[in-house]
Amino acid sequence: MTNSIACVDKAQGFLVIGSNTTENHPIIGDRVKRAVTQRGAKLVVIDPRRIELAEYANVFLQVKPGHNIPVILGMMHVILKEGLHAPDYIAERCEGFEEFAASLDAYSPERVQEITGVDADLIRKAARVYAGAKPASILYAMGVTQHTQGTDAVKCLANLAMLTGNVGVEGGGVNPLRGQNNVQGACDMGGLPNVVTGYQKVGDDEAMAKFDEAWGRKVPREPGLTLTEMGQAALEGKIRALYVMGENPMITDPDLHHIEKALDNLDFLVVQDIFLTETAAKADVVLPACSFAEKDGTFTNTERKVQRVRAALAPRGESKPDWQIVQELSTKMGYPMSYAHPREIFDEIASLTPSYAGIDYDRIEREGIPWPCPDKDHPGTPVLHVEKFARGKGLFHVVEYKGSAEEADDEYPLVLTTGREHPHYHSGSMTRRCGRINDCFPEGFLEMHPADAERLGLRTGDPVRVTSRRGEITTKVKVVDRPAPGTVFLSFHYSESPVNVLTNPATCPVAKIPEYKVTAVRVEKA
Amino acid sequence: MINVTIDGVRVEVPKGATILEAAQEAGIRIPTLCYLKKLSPIGSCRMCVVEVEGCTKPVTACDTPAGDGMVVTTDSEELREMRRDVLRLLLVRHPLDCPVCDKGGECDLQDLVYEFGVTAESYRTERFERDVPRYVSPFIRQWPDRCVLCGRCVRACKEVKGVGCIQIVDNGFYSYIGPVPGVECISCGECLSVCPVGALTDSVHPTKARIWQADRVPTTCGYCGVGCQLELNVLNGEIIRVTTTDFDKAPNFGSLCVKGRFGWEFVNHPDRLEKPLVRKDGELKEATWDEALGLVAQRLQQIKDEHGADAIGGFTSARCTNEENYLFQKFICAR
Repeated sequence: MTNSIACVDKAQGFLVIGSNTTENHPIIGDRVKRAVTQRGAKLVVIDPRRIELAEYANVFLQVKPGHNIPVILGMMHVILKEGLHAPDYIAERCEGFEEFAASLDAYSPERVQEITGVDADLIRKAARVYAGAKPASILYAMGVTQHTQGTDAVKCLANLAMLTGNVGVEGGGVNPLRGQNNVQGACDMGGLPNVVTGYQKVGDDEAMAKFDEAWGRKVPREPGLTLTEMGQAALEGKIRALYVMGENPMITDPDLHHIEKALDNLDFLVVQDIFLTETAAKADVVLPACSFAEKDGTFTNTERKVQRVRAALAPRGESKPDWQIVQELSTKMGYPMSYAHPREIFDEIASLTPSYAGIDYDRIEREGIPWPCPDKDHPGTPVLHVEKFARGKGLFHVVEYKGSAEEADDEYPLVLTTGREHPHYHSGSMTRRCGRINDCFPEGFLEMHPADAERLGLRTGDPVRVTSRRGEITTKVKVVDRPAPGTVFLSFHYSESPVNVLTNPATCPVAKIPEYKVTAVRVEKA
Repeated sequence: MINVTIDGVRVEVPKGATILEAAQEAGIRIPTLCYLKKLSPIGSCRMCVVEVEGCTKPVTACDTPAGDGMVVTTDSEELREMRRDVLRLLLVRHPLDCPVCDKGGECDLQDLVYEFGVTAESYRTERFERDVPRYVSPFIRQWPDRCVLCGRCVRACKEVKGVGCIQIVDNGFYSYIGPVPGVECISCGECLSVCPVGALTDSVHPTKARIWQADRVPTTCGYCGVGCQLELNVLNGEIIRVTTTDFDKAPNFGSLCVKGRFGWEFVNHPDRLEKPLVRKDGELKEATWDEALGLVAQRLQQIKDEHGADAIGGFTSARCTNEENYLFQKFICAR
């Protein structure tokens, strides 16, 4: 997030797009609801489903999956045409505006209505509501990014925030809500192919030289592969061994039949986890790790705040904290590591990472610190890009709508989109093993609009077969008017109905994120 | 800003501040029960009564705005007797089942009764069996007799979570907390976390512990990216519940969702891996750490020697700590 969670309380308006906030980030969802009901803040919601926040919205645009970009372009067209933008802010702080502004000509609300079916007047209204609230915050999640044009959609949102002078402002910002406890931290630590810690670029000679010296080895100068690329490389025999720490791609990756083939093609698979997950079951060696309750360390939350995790329990059986397993394996392979406690590892991270440099365990004992925190006296940075952008000027990107990789057709007439339900979490390896939660929420349902259900002769509870170009699964249908006609929804928590058998592995060319949100499917009574 | 004098102490507070907030500013404690900082004050329990110069009757401090030049007395024999009477009346319907109540030792009512030296002897009334509808969430057990009708749960559900699935039903002596028809509970446990007595208790784990028996370890939730702060309550090496007692702690200020508050059972689950596993004859079999790590080291080395370091891939984890992700990266890059 460019801004802090506390900034939600200062926003006068919100655009919530591709985020079912009240189910997936309930604590932030609560704050948005409070802002609307108790302070009269304005709310625009853009989502394929009539999510809970839609009931609180001044304007709700029910888009088809994959139509975020044209709708945002249409909103920006209106903002510019009606002079609702922030010309002084743009002139002073941004660049690339002229070309960007010209690119919006083609996206009048009427044209966007032709593309998306969303009423042109609603697009106008959404534009006026968002641009009329100062400051206004954009909250988004995977509904924006998990598309082949995911990166473009994020650029679109950044354009929208800059156009209205909402970046670098308390209560404003472009705020991705992170779905996992430490996905922010994993990226900060260099868990991406092209960067090391703190987003220092692989190939940046100065940074690399620093790591060469600190690690005592020459580190690679070429970027590695993304998760989706590694699957392909495994199929081609370029990747022979895979070491998986705490991930379950056999449930969470798109096109599971494909990933299964990739894993089967490996010479050697090591999985380190707390359960024998679907992925671990395929491994040659499984290393038992500790859960968050059994280890010390830090997580970095969605607002970039580094917070402490504390061991409350002794390790189960012979299991060990992940850091200790990596350390022992590394030592065995001739690269000795001898950290006594995660605190020592953290200090090493801080010494190599400018944005973490001022953070240590003593400083975050009671409350976390949001990076960048360059030195020990620095209080941390709750709002990014204040006064000037990190890169100097805020750059407007020209974005053109291209469409999703797959669209509904005669053979696969419905568009499936995926996500989470509030009681469950991700691949389900944790919440499905919480007795009380699983007793109360034991099975998933395919959400379908009554009009589609009637046409297919389906009623709530009927077993159905859902088929895409890649595979089929069975589940039960729930007839509900949350999705629009033509759109169906499934969560991915249930390994007995693994929705990612169906999803499309087509990826965004920049971020390599798969298009989980748009899959053409056919639904039949099973 | 306005000036208020509380028990002889002069404080300056913003216009609109309540007498209770002014007293807090002055460092003076006024006893409260239905009041909670994050909820709107309702002045219902009347524990916070104070005397204001010029007023003929005491007023409730939690919901009375402080006025400029106001002179307030928070403690006198008369006020203490009024507070004792409030407690005596509450005890008429509140059973003294403290020995078997989960809340014993961390109960606001118990603490106040103890502080004011009140016994349950003063008033009596006929007992009646309350036949109230089952509570709205299977994660929480309701003990209607223990309820003091402070309304914290009702306000928390509505004001903090924006849900509003519980309400005070019926009037006077016969009132109770019941479900609002047609409004679905999301099992977030906000009501549970604000209940001052044992009228709502956590029903997930059968084992309970007194506050001084269990360890409370503050940590960060392991689910979504919000990073809520919570406390793992541990007894005999097992998590028995999750609490949030620090309502001033960002980012969640004591609130959680169903996963954060009730979704810890996986930690204790018998499926947890306790030993390394190595595939032998097509099956995963238990092995020693030495054997397992030895095999990993040998196979990775062999593949590196035959196909180069780029033939080895690693997936770091959005679930693991920063330290672990860093170390994993260091291992993959430098080894």
